[in-house]
Amino acid sequence: MLSRVADSLYWMSRYIERAENDARILDVNLQLLLDLGGEADAMQHWAPVIATLEETDLFDSLYGAADEHSVTDFLTLQKKNPNSILSCLTLARENARTTREQISSEMWEQINRLYLFLESEEAKQLLNSSPHEFFMRVIFGSHLFQGVTDATMTHGEGWDFIRIGRLLERADSTSRILDVKYHILLPSGENVGGNVDTIQWMAVLKSVSALEAYCKLYVGQVAPWKVAEFLITHREFPRSIRYCVDSLDGALHRISGIDESRYGNEAERLSGRLRSDVDFVTIGEIFEFGLHEYLTEIQERLVEVSNAMYATYCASLSAA
Amino acid sequence: MIIPMSDLFSQYKVDNFFDEMFAAPDVARPHYSRLLATFKEMGSADFERKRDLAAASFLSQGVTFTVYNDDQGTERIFPFDLIPRIIPASEWDLVERGLTQRITALNLFLHDIYHAQSILRDGVIPKEIVWEAVHFRPEFMNFDVPRNIYIHICGTDLIRDRSGNYLVLEDNARCPSGVSYVLENRQTMKRIFPTLFSEYRVRPVEDYSQNLLNALRYIAPTGAEEPTVVLLTPGIYNSAYYEHSFLARSMGIEIVEGRDLIVQGGCVHMRTTKGLKRVDVIYRRINDDFLDPRVFRKDSELGVPGLVEAYRCGCVSLANSIGTGVADDKVIYHFVPKMIRYYLDQDPILENVPTYLPSQPNDLKHILEHLPELVVKSANESGGYGMLIGSQSSAAEREEFAGKIRQDPRNYIAQPIVALSRSPSFCEESMQGRHVDLRPYILYGEKVTIIPGGLTRVALRAGSLVVNSSQGGGSKDTWVVDDEEIEEALESFLQSQSQSQSQSTT
Repeated sequence: MLSRVADSLYWMSRYIERAENDARILDVNLQLLLDLGGEADAMQHWAPVIATLEETDLFDSLYGAADEHSVTDFLTLQKKNPNSILSCLTLARENARTTREQISSEMWEQINRLYLFLESEEAKQLLNSSPHEFFMRVIFGSHLFQGVTDATMTHGEGWDFIRIGRLLERADSTSRILDVKYHILLPSGENVGGNVDTIQWMAVLKSVSALEAYCKLYVGQVAPWKVAEFLITHREFPRSIRYCVDSLDGALHRISGIDESRYGNEAERLSGRLRSDVDFVTIGEIFEFGLHEYLTEIQERLVEVSNAMYATYCASLSAA
Repeated sequence: MIIPMSDLFSQYKVDNFFDEMFAAPDVARPHYSRLLATFKEMGSADFERKRDLAAASFLSQGVTFTVYNDDQGTERIFPFDLIPRIIPASEWDLVERGLTQRITALNLFLHDIYHAQSILRDGVIPKEIVWEAVHFRPEFMNFDVPRNIYIHICGTDLIRDRSGNYLVLEDNARCPSGVSYVLENRQTMKRIFPTLFSEYRVRPVEDYSQNLLNALRYIAPTGAEEPTVVLLTPGIYNSAYYEHSFLARSMGIEIVEGRDLIVQGGCVHMRTTKGLKRVDVIYRRINDDFLDPRVFRKDSELGVPGLVEAYRCGCVSLANSIGTGVADDKVIYHFVPKMIRYYLDQDPILENVPTYLPSQPNDLKHILEHLPELVVKSANESGGYGMLIGSQSSAAEREEFAGKIRQDPRNYIAQPIVALSRSPSFCEESMQGRHVDLRPYILYGEKVTIIPGGLTRVALRAGSLVVNSSQGGGSKDTWVVDDEEIEEALESFLQSQSQSQSQSTT
């Protein structure tokens, strides 16, 4: 496969996953505001959301205060934000357009449909009148794309690059969503507690569609450290960091054809090490190290894997 | 209230043009009678639904082209008209023979001018006309192209005059585009009008991609047993990108950009995730000028440094070959009938539109005296740019063109304004006659294959003669139909027509 094409498939997939995560974060936070009612301070509520996405500077340059409307606009249809849902879909579609001979027509049509919807007047109206429905359109649009991808594309190299993009983005996003609430887990966390916190942690779980899976495992007890344990170390939940990292390592090895117990290139070495760290770490160790520090390190190491993968498979492109 | 379609056709005016569908008001030509019957039975709501269906299908598949009128290119669908153009097999056979003859002569001409130049020495074409052609590449004198084929893919534009004769308007011998619309239009028509479609025996066009791939593989360097063929595109921002990706997909080959290719050890390779892979044949959709910054335009970022050298050594083949642009120079076009006589010793089956050359003193005088009745075209522009339609121009515009012609007579031609044939098209909520042309795609490989029909382009603006997509043009599906019943009806129809004509003249 052409190096450029591998790179485009990877980014196409990352951007769709990113759009989905934007939609999840917004949807949950808007609903959370309803739950919190008068207790919520809009600024305090929204500023961390923007901070999680590392977009504070851009946001400040475009809007006055962070509130429901400005943040929603910023993350949905704002073209000046390269990570808004619309920008992500635009970029995903551009990447899909350059790889149309590699992806199935159904995949292209699904991306294109979602993009055309976001560009339409209908999307603006829906976002105003019924934001939850708007976010569901985006989330299901992304799910449909993944389903169509799995069902219509050959499960070869290109498919693995698509999975890698999705898994890297998802692991990164889960770590950021968790990170946004880290201040509640400071050493004095025992005293914070209270009803508001429980609702906030439920919101964290909801934003990664994990509330139901979590409740089955811990029988409904929403405790901060358990939420962190679940979202970082659960082996089978598809949005946990461990699941993403394990699958990512697997996908890299499928591309090279090298046994998973060994590594054949720098990307595999880094992903293998990350994988074993996440596989064997305990939640106690994480808190000892500091949750925020731990999550930051995960994010950095994901970037390293991504860079190494680019160097291994796509770098001949820029060497010219 | 449902307005039946017959109302839409009952207002239809044939006017003083050759109409593809109607011989006279309300008299459909025999090959259109089934179509007319179908549309008469159809309600307007049904027709509207079918139009929406077609538009939605083009949009969702991304069958678009890009128009640049500001910084941002906007994507548009190429408007599609639901009334197909129908060509009876007997009529098509003539076109097919004419085009085969023409491409054969053009290839012989290119070989000749890049080798012995006997056609120039024998004085059939003035020497300077070739040497001064913008796209003539003297660097490739005495270079042997694989299998002696220069033009592998040609799009020749045909028009019909007031009597329905097919005439050649121009040859596109560099990178003709539009064939993907032929294939997409057909797919859409089959989805939308399955019943009507099955009432005609329409020759399929779907094997075009396979024929193209065969023609490309045919020129692979010797020794390449399973040749790797790629399509070289300028990239996603090119207005024909959709087509590039469509063709690559349907041939199952890689679509590459210049930056994906590298020349190493004299051969062209593409950069893949598993290292470099040798490329044998390049179907390039980039003009000569941008192919290789070492040889042609130095500022080209679209090309591949060293590509031309690899081509010269025979390590990689290109389609079309370098230097074919001289054959679609509009001044050279004037000489194609002479080429046919010179190389093949045959009379041209398809005639040219009469053409005046300002470089000939007599012609120049005629042109300047008759500008309002002529179309003036720049020899190397396309897309409907750089031309003057005398009858629709102002005195100032004519003055401007007269100046240009005097200054640079070699680079202009003039032709009488041909009253292009018209075909019913759905415009402004009713059926109206609109001017059409026809671009068949010709493949020259082991043999010559021509897509049955081709792209019918239609000028959707009332009265307009310009069919280009950048100037408000649209397209129609084009059906070549094999049907004895139709052929018989057509024969007696033509007889009765000529009888009534001779009666009316006596």
